[in-house]
Amino acid sequence: MRHIISLLMENEAGALSRVAGLFSARGYNIESLTVAPTEDATLSRMTIVTRGSDDVIEQINKQLNKLVDVIKLQDLSDGSHIERELMLVKVRAVGEGREEMKRMADIFRGNIIDVTEKSYTIELTGDGKKLTAFLEAIDPSAILETVRTGTSGIARGERILKI
Amino acid sequence: MKSLVLAPFQHLVCSTMADTELTGAEIVIRCLHAEGVKHVFGYPGGAVLNIYDEIYKQDGFKHILVRHEQAAVHAADAYARSTGQVGVALVTSGPGATNAVTGIATAYMDSIPMVVITGQVPTAAIGMDAFQEVDTVGITRPCVKHNFLVKDVRELAETMKKAFYIAATGRPGPVVVDIPKDVTQNTCAFVYPESVSMRSYNPTSKGHTGQIKKAAQMLLEAKRPMLYVGGGAVLGNGAEPVRALARKLGFPVASTLMGLGAFPEPDPQNLGMLGMHGTYEANMAMQHCDVLLAIGARFDDRVIGNPKHFGKEARRIIHIDVDPSSISKRVRVDVPIVGAVDQVLTDMLKQIDGVPDATALKAWWAQIELWRAQDCMKYDRASPVIKPQAVVEALYKITGGAAFVASDVGQHQMWAAQYYKFNEPRRWINSGGLGTMGFGLPAAMGIAMAHPGAPVVCITGEGSIQMNIQELSTCKEHKLPIKVILLNNGVLGMVRQWQEFFYEERYSESYVTSLPDFTMLAEAYGHVGMKIERPEDVEPALIKAFTEHKDELVFMNFITDPRENVYPMIPAGKGLSEMILI
Repeated sequence: MRHIISLLMENEAGALSRVAGLFSARGYNIESLTVAPTEDATLSRMTIVTRGSDDVIEQINKQLNKLVDVIKLQDLSDGSHIERELMLVKVRAVGEGREEMKRMADIFRGNIIDVTEKSYTIELTGDGKKLTAFLEAIDPSAILETVRTGTSGIARGERILKI
Repeated sequence: MKSLVLAPFQHLVCSTMADTELTGAEIVIRCLHAEGVKHVFGYPGGAVLNIYDEIYKQDGFKHILVRHEQAAVHAADAYARSTGQVGVALVTSGPGATNAVTGIATAYMDSIPMVVITGQVPTAAIGMDAFQEVDTVGITRPCVKHNFLVKDVRELAETMKKAFYIAATGRPGPVVVDIPKDVTQNTCAFVYPESVSMRSYNPTSKGHTGQIKKAAQMLLEAKRPMLYVGGGAVLGNGAEPVRALARKLGFPVASTLMGLGAFPEPDPQNLGMLGMHGTYEANMAMQHCDVLLAIGARFDDRVIGNPKHFGKEARRIIHIDVDPSSISKRVRVDVPIVGAVDQVLTDMLKQIDGVPDATALKAWWAQIELWRAQDCMKYDRASPVIKPQAVVEALYKITGGAAFVASDVGQHQMWAAQYYKFNEPRRWINSGGLGTMGFGLPAAMGIAMAHPGAPVVCITGEGSIQMNIQELSTCKEHKLPIKVILLNNGVLGMVRQWQEFFYEERYSESYVTSLPDFTMLAEAYGHVGMKIERPEDVEPALIKAFTEHKDELVFMNFITDPRENVYPMIPAGKGLSEMILI
């Protein structure tokens, strides 16, 4: 099962490596991991996408909680939630393909944020599936470069993760 | 200074002391004094010279100079194991820190409260591949409970306070404080926080009342109950309530390697040690019980073997542990109780308002006695060569079960665990989790420093002892009257045993040739050396060591049967009822 774990931890040097080290030391999967400070500069918020059986996920939750720097965590997959990822794609945009690429970006509600005579750089947000769908929808030989941020997530409604 | 709780009067101290600034090195010393540290095990070097200069000027604690940093950490570790206080080691940067890593990992695996202070190159040199630079925080991260790099002298006192607090609370463990050399030189006002609270770290000590009630009820309903006592019962000062609970209910008790002594071993209610080299009765009872109360134990691979085999028999499990991540890790449990062992058991005792099913319990004990009648610990007592088991039994007899027994790792460790009957907790000191050869002698040093006058022995093998034999010099310097019991079978015994059982007797690199003359070696270090070759000499030699040479270190080289194996044995990956008996 795929799980999205959100956690708040002390924004201290080495905090990220403690989490990353835990996953590698115990052989847990990381599909993606994003981290940045929050509105409270002493806190970092991390979103980890992982896969595992219920037993493994339970252990991941417990082991993360055990890290001295981790303040609070929440398995977003326990309830309804929203997830988003940002992707920047640089594509070749020449000749007939140039107009087609613009259309595809519009269909996927992407923004073209950089233009040259030969290329577009398109910004897309959505869940991982949408971003992958875009890449599959365009001519693969036109893709020059892609960069994805990994998933960030938040629970729907009243459920919050805050200290 | 976030979430730091200061006692009100300390603000006054702070303002009056503002003009009297201390160096980081002085602050380290003051912090250790404030923590009541009486012994520090260490080894100096460039990055910690400022700290050592301050050690020279103080007499609040005694510094024990070891001969290798690994030994400093093992000694501090055993000091903690035998006293319950936080052990302290101090080493320099680079190789000092890397040498300490084995000791830190050893303590981590066995959840031992310890603070290891490591020197670091000056902050400006960090990351420059400076002389004796290593990323200590990075290297130790996977084998510490927590670690700190102190980059500013103003954070030093608070960090030291946190280190001791984290090491000793919750599930204990080693904490590394890495201090760059310039931080030990820089100055600031010193205030040692009275207490510390961290928003990210709040260990639970009181168990859930509802769960405890449920557990008490389950115990009373049990037909085939069993208490499974682990290292957490010793570390969590749970021996008293374990004894009270076991006696109140009349249930059988078995201990893991780490739990020995929590319940008195000579007691008839005690079934002995569990696991790979545990007794037949303990393992069979563990497999066939219907209600299992696990106390500070973690169902590890050396205890239950194959979890699938363990799960073949239906049983309800109550698990008390201070660490939530130990619960339902290898085995699903029915009643998890997160909390400190002593507190949870004390609460549980109050909840037991009834008596267990006497008829069922009688039948269960009858079954256990049948298993016990197998006499799985028998060995050839008439052997013409010294049997290692006989040495441990003689040691037990002569010391009346009152000695502190440090052990190395291997066959001798298992024989020590099997044949020395511990009456009290914190007497059996061994590296159970990491299995660190070389642990024994420095561990005995730590114990001897903590308990002057008490009998301290180190049961070892000729493989293990040579992994930290240089510490005989430290023992001489501090006149530590340790009795080194070398069960010398001339082979790496446990390796040889596995090669005999599982590798068709291909004894690859398990024979130790060119052993030194241990008597001469001991004498060269200024100690008493003895070589004992005949079974009839075992007891007299031990008596001599504990009387005539009471105040000296005696290195006793017992030449034992090289073919002897540790029985019973559950091969790795097998189940509890698949034991190899003798």
